[in-house]
Amino acid sequence: MRSVGRSVPRKEGLAKAQGRARYVDDLRFPGMLYGRTIRTAIPCGELLAVRLDFDPAGFTVVDHRDVPSRNVVALIQDDQPFLVEREIRHAEEPVLLLAHEDRDTLRSASVHLDCRPSEPVLDPERARRAFKEIAIEKGNLARGFAEADVVVEGEYRTGRQEHVYIEPQGVIAVPGAGSVTVYGSLQCPYYVHKALVALLGLPPEQVRVVQTETGGGFGGKEEYPSIVAGHAALLALKSGRPVKLVYDRLEDMAATTKRHPSIVRHRTGVTRDGRITAMEIDVLLDGGAYCTLSPVVLSRGCLHATGPYRCDNVRVRGRVVMTNTPPSGAFRGFGAPQTVFAAEVQMDRVAERLGVDPAAMRERNALRPGDTMATGQRLGADASALAVLREAVGRSDFHRKRRAWTGTNRGIGLSLFFHGAGFTGSGEVTLASRASLELLPRGARVLVGSTEMGQGTRTTLAQIVAETLSLPIERIEVADPDTARVPDSGPTVASRTCMVVGGLLKACAEEMKGRLGGLSPSAYLRRHGPLTVTKRYEAPPGTAWDDSTYRGDAYGTYGWGCDVAEVELDPVTYDVRPTRVTAVVEIGRAVNPLLAAGQVEGGTAQGLGWALLEEVVLREGRMANAQLTNYMVPTTLDTPPIDVTILESPYRQGPFGAKGVGEMPMSGPGPAVANAVRHLGLDARSLPITPERVLECASSSTAGEETSTRPR
Amino acid sequence: MRFVLNGRRRDVDAAPLKRLLDVLREDCGLTGTKEGCGEGECGACTVLVDGAPVNSCLVPFAHVRGRAVTTIEGLRGRRTGAVVREGGTQCGICTPGVLMAAASLGPRPSAARVRVALAGNLCRCTGYAGIVRALAGARAVPRPRVRRAGPSGRERTPRRGARRGAARPAKA
Repeated sequence: MRSVGRSVPRKEGLAKAQGRARYVDDLRFPGMLYGRTIRTAIPCGELLAVRLDFDPAGFTVVDHRDVPSRNVVALIQDDQPFLVEREIRHAEEPVLLLAHEDRDTLRSASVHLDCRPSEPVLDPERARRAFKEIAIEKGNLARGFAEADVVVEGEYRTGRQEHVYIEPQGVIAVPGAGSVTVYGSLQCPYYVHKALVALLGLPPEQVRVVQTETGGGFGGKEEYPSIVAGHAALLALKSGRPVKLVYDRLEDMAATTKRHPSIVRHRTGVTRDGRITAMEIDVLLDGGAYCTLSPVVLSRGCLHATGPYRCDNVRVRGRVVMTNTPPSGAFRGFGAPQTVFAAEVQMDRVAERLGVDPAAMRERNALRPGDTMATGQRLGADASALAVLREAVGRSDFHRKRRAWTGTNRGIGLSLFFHGAGFTGSGEVTLASRASLELLPRGARVLVGSTEMGQGTRTTLAQIVAETLSLPIERIEVADPDTARVPDSGPTVASRTCMVVGGLLKACAEEMKGRLGGLSPSAYLRRHGPLTVTKRYEAPPGTAWDDSTYRGDAYGTYGWGCDVAEVELDPVTYDVRPTRVTAVVEIGRAVNPLLAAGQVEGGTAQGLGWALLEEVVLREGRMANAQLTNYMVPTTLDTPPIDVTILESPYRQGPFGAKGVGEMPMSGPGPAVANAVRHLGLDARSLPITPERVLECASSSTAGEETSTRPR
Repeated sequence: MRFVLNGRRRDVDAAPLKRLLDVLREDCGLTGTKEGCGEGECGACTVLVDGAPVNSCLVPFAHVRGRAVTTIEGLRGRRTGAVVREGGTQCGICTPGVLMAAASLGPRPSAARVRVALAGNLCRCTGYAGIVRALAGARAVPRPRVRRAGPSGRERTPRRGARRGAARPAKA
């Protein structure tokens, strides 16, 4: 009875398709109130006074004075308040919370904020404050540039991106006697739990967080739900009634986190025959008004900034700065798509400068097993950059199309990329995640804090357990993530769930199998009583990481990917339309091929949106297009056929060889599309490549201006 | 106000300008119809009125007086299972709306027809690949392949179009 490697249908699939799955907005509690958030409307300044322009009868009103314990969203820096006290750092900061049993009455309540505005910092290049700076050094940069025949420089920019999970943020808080329970759409129940304990000053066991079926996350429900949950809990505790706080689309788009905008500069030294001798990279991310997860986003960005290439002399400098804009935060890829975009467009420009084919340039420099990365990490046998490159080039017929389409309105471009699976550096050791497996009369129940948000957690984890216990998949249950019932398995982020938590569950199942000693589960339970096995994460032997020097094994292992994008330019409208994407990934082992491919297909589409359509327009620090009418995500008609090939090169430490897959597909489409547009003769170095930007590229001939040839 | 809901006559007391979406979810208790945007862009709230798909967030209740409304709870057919089997549902929040919009498609539609019929339904998870596979047939769009990379990350030379090594069938 094999489970792993089979495309078993997702466990909750039919319930979702029949409309039976219960999302947070589908739940109601007796006596429930609706909540609403009143926000600052200026990007920078001071709050002087609040005036309620409505009859407060029947309303519950909460401000910062109602916070029982600490008015900070506990995360990395504890700098962000749940409710503004005086200082205003961005235009969507929550000031006041209202609750009422009638939604229309609630909506019509008007509040006046008396503020003293001051001059905001909106340009990250003029920011005065950095949340984090990072430096990665390898070899000797001066020597590397001295060895080079050619030096190519370039600057690359990417914009904010909104997650657009189709289910907006939402929670319901239910008060108890000295306790609170929060049900919500979220990725990380224990992040919310930690934030609520700090906010409310309650003992941890009096705070319970339950994840409801979650309609998409993509990182957007990693840290932000702590804020929504805190607000709902404050209203619930003050009113003594359950409070539902569900954002509408406008509020969700305007107020919640976005992908960090980036400015990345490259200086690359290369010999005439195409060997890279030096890479100098400067990464700047706009973190917005509060720290959130920015230091870790910067870290992942910097660790992927070289692209998947070997080079002996590297310097990466990174900075994430504060501006008076709504905070940037986690978004699929977590900094890597931004830096990989820069690296991959730079690589095409280097190839262009040398007159070398882009695939050959990558073939020459791609990381191989045994190579050393910028941090000194030595790659294992599963380093598959060449394998994915060759497969994608062959499968897409890249060379023939490249030749045939030159000088036409069709373009083809490729990108080679990689993604570290799991938490960065010592992150997994610090998390010390736990997973449990409970023996049931007919099988077993998985107890983990990892959440299903569409990516297939329930199904793949059950497959790993079923395979190990030699039981049919139907006999494996997965408990709902509820902090009162499941251990903290770490957050559901960083492409870590299948690889890390799946690995813990495999160890649980192996021990359980040993204890059963050939008995059936029911016979064991009759003879020995209940059995639950728990495992805690331990670093694989021989891995080391130093946070202070950025030396060592940044990630346990890496997934590898290569995208080939084919585009068509409309010469009248300057619309760039993708016509086909060939996506090849190497992910160790596909526990469930259909679900893994679904991650690649969906991530590729999301990457195409970031590349071509999705642009957050800020005016005075506020999102001016906070609606789906003019913030455009790809529809069926904008999404081309995506041809997915999954290569398997098992990772020894992963369950059945599996590595992470969720985030990586986000990194490929941006640069592949930009390089396809470059093939059209347009020097596109920033995303999104909207018709307006194509027009700019077409009217300026910048090719080669930042290139210099060095005399030897 | 009287109307027909999923084949049964109903008389519901709700304000005539209340959104059909809210009447269905709150007054009728049918929460399979989802709200994604409230502005008619995402299609998560798609239902059928007299057989035609509409965004129920844009339709006032009065509009359906005496008419037949079908929601996901009243939908029958094989497409539901196909969407699950082909990976057309991930987070699932768009899926009821997708299936309702697809209900207007005739039998065996082409991929192009499916894409046009679903152009008003946003899905952020699947890239629409699994959805189109489910509705237009598995051959309508590229089918994902799985193959072994060679030892040390060096693959066996792949032959273009070779199906050999498409190791694991994607069927359950």
